[in-house]
Amino acid sequence: MLLYVFRRLLTAIPTLFVIVTLAFFLIRVAPGGPFNQERGLSPEIKANLEAQFGLNDPLWQQYLNYLNNLLHGNFGPSYNLPDFTVGELFAKGLPISIQLGASALLLALIVGSILGVIAALNQNRLGDYTVIAIATAGSTIPTFVIAPIIQLVFGLTWMLLPVGGWGNGALINKVGPVITLALPQIAIVARLMRGSMIESMRSHHIRTARALGLSEWSVVVRHAFRGAVLPIVSYAGPAAAALLTGSIVVETIFSIPGVGRYFVDAALNRDYTLVMGTVVVIAIFTIVFNLIVDLLYAVIDPRVRYD
Amino acid sequence: MLLKNFLKATVFAVSLSVAGGAMLAPSFAEVVYNRGNSADPESLDPHKTSTVYEAHILRDLFEGLVMQDQNADLIPGAAESWTVSDDGKVYTFKLRGDGVWSDGAPVTADDFVYSFRRLLDPATAAEYASMLYVVKNGEDVNTGKVKPEELGVRAVDASTFEVTLNSPTPYFLEMLTHQSTYPVNKASIEKLGNDWIKPGNLVSNGAYTLAEFTPNDHIKLVKNPKFHDAANVKIDVVNYIPTEDRSTAMKRFEAGELDSNDDLPTEQLADLKAKFGDQLRIGPYLGTYYYAIKTDKEPWNNPELRNAISMAIDRDFLAEKVWQNSMLPGYSMVPPGIDGYTSAMASFAEESQIDREDKAKEILEKLGYGPDKPLKMEIRYNTSENHKNTAVAIQEQLKPLGVDVTLLNTDTKTHYGHLEQKGDYDVARAGWIADYKDPETFLGISRKASGNNYSNFDSPKFEEAMDKAAAAGGKPEERMKELENAERVLVDEVGNIPLLYYSFHNLVSSKLHGFESNVMDVHPSRFISKD
Repeated sequence: MLLYVFRRLLTAIPTLFVIVTLAFFLIRVAPGGPFNQERGLSPEIKANLEAQFGLNDPLWQQYLNYLNNLLHGNFGPSYNLPDFTVGELFAKGLPISIQLGASALLLALIVGSILGVIAALNQNRLGDYTVIAIATAGSTIPTFVIAPIIQLVFGLTWMLLPVGGWGNGALINKVGPVITLALPQIAIVARLMRGSMIESMRSHHIRTARALGLSEWSVVVRHAFRGAVLPIVSYAGPAAAALLTGSIVVETIFSIPGVGRYFVDAALNRDYTLVMGTVVVIAIFTIVFNLIVDLLYAVIDPRVRYD
Repeated sequence: MLLKNFLKATVFAVSLSVAGGAMLAPSFAEVVYNRGNSADPESLDPHKTSTVYEAHILRDLFEGLVMQDQNADLIPGAAESWTVSDDGKVYTFKLRGDGVWSDGAPVTADDFVYSFRRLLDPATAAEYASMLYVVKNGEDVNTGKVKPEELGVRAVDASTFEVTLNSPTPYFLEMLTHQSTYPVNKASIEKLGNDWIKPGNLVSNGAYTLAEFTPNDHIKLVKNPKFHDAANVKIDVVNYIPTEDRSTAMKRFEAGELDSNDDLPTEQLADLKAKFGDQLRIGPYLGTYYYAIKTDKEPWNNPELRNAISMAIDRDFLAEKVWQNSMLPGYSMVPPGIDGYTSAMASFAEESQIDREDKAKEILEKLGYGPDKPLKMEIRYNTSENHKNTAVAIQEQLKPLGVDVTLLNTDTKTHYGHLEQKGDYDVARAGWIADYKDPETFLGISRKASGNNYSNFDSPKFEEAMDKAAAAGGKPEERMKELENAERVLVDEVGNIPLLYYSFHNLVSSKLHGFESNVMDVHPSRFISKD
């Protein structure tokens, strides 16, 4: 198992390298540059800026410099936020996005699974229809609609939650963003769970378990659920990578200082180093979570072994 | 039921206590001003900034030679007085005796010598270095032709700072209100390098010092007890809160999380007016929204044709319907509001829209355009709902004239990259906000050599008038007349198509006092108080 993990991590290196290389050159294809703005800069001043950031070097040299810095753990300065390095921006923002994303994921897995099981056990009855209705609503109402509604109802009408802001990490400031992030995930998890649970309940080993006279609780929780949880695990891997790296919509609406907005802002601002930083971070998260999913498979499904 | 109420009460209590923390409310009796600012600063280094969002914060942190009061009028800053030589070229500033940095060291003439040189030093790569091109050798220093030591500034003694200009520049003092000319602390920059700007390190000489900076969350400034006018500074803590999402900002204002915000979702203006009444403040702001038009390209090289297009655009409709009166119809490049200057309005400004359309139609017919030979025109604009709506409205307005308008939208960087590289286009959206209160800032961008001359406007008459204005530097009235002549040429020859004047839109709590409306939209926190 350890050997397998080691092998997987080793193959991640060329993967990362390819991603970094592609991203580095692709963002340079986009027209304009970090210093194009409403107020035009004179060629002399622009030359000074480009010299300061090494943007006047030939592209291949910039690429080698970037790789070299990256290997030393240096993501470079942000062009559009020169008071901070890309590393500092992530050090400040990533823990915030991870806190919100992880809470939302946990909430979605628990609530979604329970709803899914309830629906499956009440197939084509009221409970099922209720869950399906909630799930459909949850996955079709976009977050940019849910978030302002939460702000209006809980922030302004009932005054239970702050409308926005991070409040230096106060619990109350996290409630709105976490619920907004979790709702669509709850819907997806519930639907996945419902489908796989229905299938699991019809399988041979459940019939065997019933025939052996096990209690309904034991049948559902110990046997059916365990088999049904695999699709959720596969889904949760990429979902975790996406959730933990923040959401621009939720962060912007709730004024949360996470990293989600950098994914969009950096590209729009042609902040090349920040774009590269976001690419590297999301690549690492994706690789790591896919690995975790594969390892969890071995734990849950006795048929999977990595020896 | 009991449980539910208990829960509600607990949540409410927690929310109250945490909401206090959320707004960073410190101990009793401290006055905290939560100030919404539509974007975070790019940098807090005065020499690396360019935007108005930074200007608000830097105006609180630093004090330049001269400053602006709550009405945006010029007041003494780090300099208590100044004299100008008879030829208008040498400015001698007498620094105030009680001016100190937040670390207690006195603010000296050497600090200004260092700061002016640093702004122009190519190694600083300052975007706004051109602000000091008016200083002798300024441009040559910035382009690396001569050493920073050659710049026309010197410390006569510790409290006397002397600046020599290339030529008399009546707006020089106004330029010095811009944040790029503020002093920075030499000792801390030399000691800390790039980290000098971090909270805890930053040594500044303004009414406030920097306490915290979390990007996209807040910038906390605390009152500087060493500031010379500290006795009159009423607000103890200013939290600048970036409010990119304007709808959220409105809700946060309503919930009391913000005391003011510098922008509004203009599409909701009618509702906001009903809801907030006098707290909503809209008024003229020195900025022009215009279309650049390629004056050196067929068929746009014909001023008559350019005028016909400009004439046919219904600016009242744009201002009222597209911008919900958050902009005003504009017929000149220099917006009204600069003392001593009368903007040169387009000749058709007073005519009715119907007459203008008829005239435009006549011109187009005369030039041979009609149903068989439609005039094709492409409008380029950068991504924004309102820019799009403006372009669509103009497309519809020009349709009856037989002008076939197509639209091309790109993101902001692509848009300005294309304009700067003199790419091919017919008409392109642009805007200009005044850096200082002088017509020069709006007219200079249409000079032949300006990097912002997106229209490629090249008119000998305009250049001549601008040169005359510069030569009349020492005589303000004559200079303003020459600038008016220059604008007359620019507007008559349609070097650009001015469409709208910007207006400021602030939401200001009735608890705040001293937040006065002015054309520069300048509101130093040191003059503001809160009930």
